[in-house]
Amino acid sequence: MRPAILADKLSKQYTLGRREAYGSLRDSLVRAAGAPVRMVKALAGGRAPSDGANILRALDKVSFEIHEGEIVGIIGRNGSGKSTLLKILSRITEPTSGRAEVRGRVGSLLEVGTGFHPELTGRENVFVNGAILGMRKVEIARKFDEIVAFSDVERFIDTPVKHYSSGMQMRLAFSVAAHLEPNILLVDEVLAVGDIAFQKKCLGKMDDVSKAGRTILFVSHQMNQLRRLCSRIVWLDRGTLIETGPTADVTNRYEASFLETRTAPGDLASSPGAEFLGWTLGKSGSADHTLYGFGPTTVRFRLRIDRPLRNGHHGICLYDRDGEVMWGTGTDNLDLDPGVYELTYVMSTLPLKPGPYRWHVSLFSNGRFINNLDCVPEMGIATEPLGHRRDEYAGVLNFPYSLDIRAVSGAAHDTRAAEPLVETVRS
Amino acid sequence: MATSTSPVNLTPDLPIHVIAPASGWVPIRLRELWEYRELLYFLVWREVKIRYKQTALGVAWAVIQPLFTMVVFTLIFHKLAKMPSDGIAYPVFVYCALLPWQLFAFALGESSNSVVANQRLISKVYFPRLIMPMSAVCVGLVDFAVSFCVLLGLMAYYHVMPSSAFWTVPLWALLAVTTALGIGLWLSALNVKYRDIRYTLPFLTQILLFATPVAYPISTVPETWRWVYALNPMVGVVEGFRWALLGTSGWAGMSVLMSVGVVAVLLVSGLFYFRRMERTFADIV
Repeated sequence: MRPAILADKLSKQYTLGRREAYGSLRDSLVRAAGAPVRMVKALAGGRAPSDGANILRALDKVSFEIHEGEIVGIIGRNGSGKSTLLKILSRITEPTSGRAEVRGRVGSLLEVGTGFHPELTGRENVFVNGAILGMRKVEIARKFDEIVAFSDVERFIDTPVKHYSSGMQMRLAFSVAAHLEPNILLVDEVLAVGDIAFQKKCLGKMDDVSKAGRTILFVSHQMNQLRRLCSRIVWLDRGTLIETGPTADVTNRYEASFLETRTAPGDLASSPGAEFLGWTLGKSGSADHTLYGFGPTTVRFRLRIDRPLRNGHHGICLYDRDGEVMWGTGTDNLDLDPGVYELTYVMSTLPLKPGPYRWHVSLFSNGRFINNLDCVPEMGIATEPLGHRRDEYAGVLNFPYSLDIRAVSGAAHDTRAAEPLVETVRS
Repeated sequence: MATSTSPVNLTPDLPIHVIAPASGWVPIRLRELWEYRELLYFLVWREVKIRYKQTALGVAWAVIQPLFTMVVFTLIFHKLAKMPSDGIAYPVFVYCALLPWQLFAFALGESSNSVVANQRLISKVYFPRLIMPMSAVCVGLVDFAVSFCVLLGLMAYYHVMPSSAFWTVPLWALLAVTTALGIGLWLSALNVKYRDIRYTLPFLTQILLFATPVAYPISTVPETWRWVYALNPMVGVVEGFRWALLGTSGWAGMSVLMSVGVVAVLLVSGLFYFRRMERTFADIV
């Protein structure tokens, strides 16, 4: 079967360095004064001679195939070439070498609300934006009511969007995009914004779209989103393809790559008497050191005691990447005979924001240091961020919550009784 | 590779786009442009809406500009410099040329700036890039239509009867727009790389205005130099307008042919140059 998207050794290079991306004509004229031929070439070719400048390989020989009806996620750190790949596949920019084949009509959603103008009304913007995204006029007209209903801004559809709240603008723009019906949809990280409820609505819509046989390729940093939607993942790093494969496998390995893998020696590496052997996460003690959800969490540490331990003290501490203590506790009066022990902590929840964390465990005997361990690998927390969508306001904790605002006195109370004004549930 | 597999699949009728680096000159792909005609329409419509929503006087600007220029020209060239006007009332004579001129100047300015002005669009969505300068030149047609109505009023006031070639006016307007597009294609592509264009353009437009028979009749230009003069494609456009509306200068066949020829060269070369340069737009802009 011929794939919907076929990438064959796609590469994209940018020239960095002395030469400005766009210069002034004077520079070109001055440079050309001695060499008119080169000037003509520069004007006609548009390609700067690489006079020892640095080459940035945004994509380096990336090859993969995506079949019709698949939803495939693209992951990778910042600058790994995810956006460049989408730009090449959506024909915004050309590859430097290699080729790709794309079957059918391509819709790309690299930004929400491209072409929206504040002076135009919601209605006008829907048409302009739809046309920019590649919809036909009749198609927009046919879906117009559906688009507006989906966005929940019916009442303001004939108001200039400059009077909209940013959330309303976003919802309207999303709605247009959600009603695109291309054969292949390329989505950059646009779903990261907007409120969670609406995000879910959009994801649901995307799911429907793929059930209708359309192919979706999308970039996201939200592992849960990817796990929910995608069948396969393409993992890029610094422009090269690390691997493509089933979602669970690739996302796990991707997250593990963030965790520190080198073995950190304890303060006193081979202190006699006892030694921490390692740690596991979860009841089953699987090899996965990433926490994906809220709720009860089990963490286990293995400890080998070589000499009897009397009046022992065991300490535990959870650090974040910056070395800040997130939580810690200690246990006294331990008397342990030689053998291998399992220390199992069960927490009702570990409501920390997503990211890498490190467990630190220690053991003392009669106030004398015996052994400690900076646990490797680090623990990854990959829960869905439910706090403020701007990191600086979201804090270090992350947990499901609900909000209900209702009037208890005043005019609103009189007219609307005890009906809630705002109800938010984030879980 | 999978490229060699036989086309046995779910929906075999889907077209396949091949994405590969192009080199050298690339075809214009008029068919694709035609497929995107609705986008062209919407971009023009959007621009017109925004222009009239954001200005306090709105459509009035389309009237005020040529009208005031006409008054100033009449005072300076007619009253002071005693410029002849082929026997037509000077205000009508000059306004009749200002119409295509302003259409051209506006369209040229907008199209030259079109690629840079739409940089967000370029870096986020694919569409044939030629749509940008093309939609930019079309926006001026709305102003043109409005100020054309003023001309009709002016002609009625000065009792100037339109000639029998009146129906050719749209053709001349088209020629003016095409001229602007031909130059605009070159400048808009150059503007991406060399932002000097923005500063050069007003200067260029002004020089061109004086090299065009707007304020004076072509009869004041010495015969021997007319063919050089007619290399300016706007000469043919303005002459065509005066011929169609006022029936004065007679059929200015030579300069019109020259115009069409020059415009054709500009347009075709501009199209190819633009297409050649457009692949770097998203990276540079």
